[in-house]
Amino acid sequence: MHYSALQILKNGLTGNKGWKPVWRDPEPKKSYDIVIIGGGGHGLATAYYLAKTHGIQNIAVLEKGYLGGGNVGRNTTIVRANYLLDGNLEFYSHSLKLWENLEQELNYNAMLSQRGCLLLAHNDGQFDGLARRGNANLATGDDAVLMSADDVRAFTPYLNFDDARFPIRGGLLQRTGGTARHDAVAWGYARGADMRGVDLIQNCEVTGFRIEGGKIKGVETSRGYIGAGKVGMSVAGRTSQVAQMAGLRLPIESHVLQAFVTEGVKPVIDTVISFGMGHFYISQSDKGGLVFGGDIDGYNSYSQRGNLPMVEHVAEAGMALMPMIGKSRMLRSWGGIMDMSMDGSPIIDKTPIEGLFLNGGWCYGGFKAVPAAGAAFAHLMATGEKATWATKFNLNRFETGHVIDDEGTGARPNQH
Amino acid sequence: MRISCPHCGERDHREFEYLGSAKLLERPDGGDRAAFHDYVFQRKNPTGENAELWQHVMGCSAWLYVVRNITTHEITAVKLARDVKAAAR
Repeated sequence: MHYSALQILKNGLTGNKGWKPVWRDPEPKKSYDIVIIGGGGHGLATAYYLAKTHGIQNIAVLEKGYLGGGNVGRNTTIVRANYLLDGNLEFYSHSLKLWENLEQELNYNAMLSQRGCLLLAHNDGQFDGLARRGNANLATGDDAVLMSADDVRAFTPYLNFDDARFPIRGGLLQRTGGTARHDAVAWGYARGADMRGVDLIQNCEVTGFRIEGGKIKGVETSRGYIGAGKVGMSVAGRTSQVAQMAGLRLPIESHVLQAFVTEGVKPVIDTVISFGMGHFYISQSDKGGLVFGGDIDGYNSYSQRGNLPMVEHVAEAGMALMPMIGKSRMLRSWGGIMDMSMDGSPIIDKTPIEGLFLNGGWCYGGFKAVPAAGAAFAHLMATGEKATWATKFNLNRFETGHVIDDEGTGARPNQH
Repeated sequence: MRISCPHCGERDHREFEYLGSAKLLERPDGGDRAAFHDYVFQRKNPTGENAELWQHVMGCSAWLYVVRNITTHEITAVKLARDVKAAAR
């Protein structure tokens, strides 16, 4: 069914009885041309572009839980393209362009809100760093506005500008950045993929790979063996475990990142703001909750819940930046498991096993990457070639020295 | 999470800085490129017990070898990294 204002009107007048389930619940077939492991944003987007752009019919997405139940449903929904280094620059630039047309592409309301994304600087060195970053973004064709302290004061007057330790020196605004409805992104891609014949198979956990003569033959699952011409791993947070079943060891550690949301309040923050001192970022959801987060907890974790010291740190940073939020009550917090790669950048590449492909290592940047990563992974799996906007996310870059270390912290995943 | 430092006793984990896998104690010869790549970048990243290096930065500054369950955060062994390295020789 094509969604439109007319459909809403028609169904509204007929008791909303015309709405149908958006995707099928098929039994797995014996084999597929392509199997994608992981029914999250990236996996669903990959299946969508494989079917739509590359015309491949016989595809399955295997999800151990339910569609969109992983990190795509557990993030802070920020979309931006303000990275610094080649590799990331062109990739996120392309992703933002896909975001801007996503709702028309999918005929699904992803609620993209380009409310702007503001990075703050608190000293001259940081301000110069933002100028450099902004220039890199402008040179890539993206949007960047370097703001003086007065500009920031006019834009977000409620910040604590004259904090004794962290006065606000200026900022870098990307007006095209913003937020999107995270679940709707997964659902929109799922619907688009299903409409093009992709089998979305839920409650189907991959338990092993069948590899013969260095070539992938299929996957063992909790619902039986499924043969596959090609297999793509797209399993944020569990990449090391899934890859290990194929005998691969990866440049990835798993860490927990916490996020928080307050009770709903009246509209107060109409953009996305990142504090430059201590890692803290905040936006307000359409329901009114203040959504914010900080750094990863700092040590490997698979526990999907964070520790209290980071809660305290994030709350302190929030209070330093905007004391007004101290009045609001925290509604809930949660932790998601991140594939932290050794340079802070992702991997979209072939593996040493023929027919087995890897999309992982997204650290905490996976949500904004969904469209471009899906399109790039689909391009790689369909053609065997790297997409033009994702040529540098190579698995062997750590061996060849071509790391993409946007934070400049070296092979320390807990520092990215 | 609390870590029992062999010198200082049980302390809050905020006193400690996390470095990473204890495989970093086994530094290969710099001339062996493949081994060095593996040493610096590749990780087992298990879900269960993992041997790790922590430094008691806000205490005695000792480097510690800590065996911790990565899912439950249960710590089953803490030794001085120096001793572990000496025993491995």
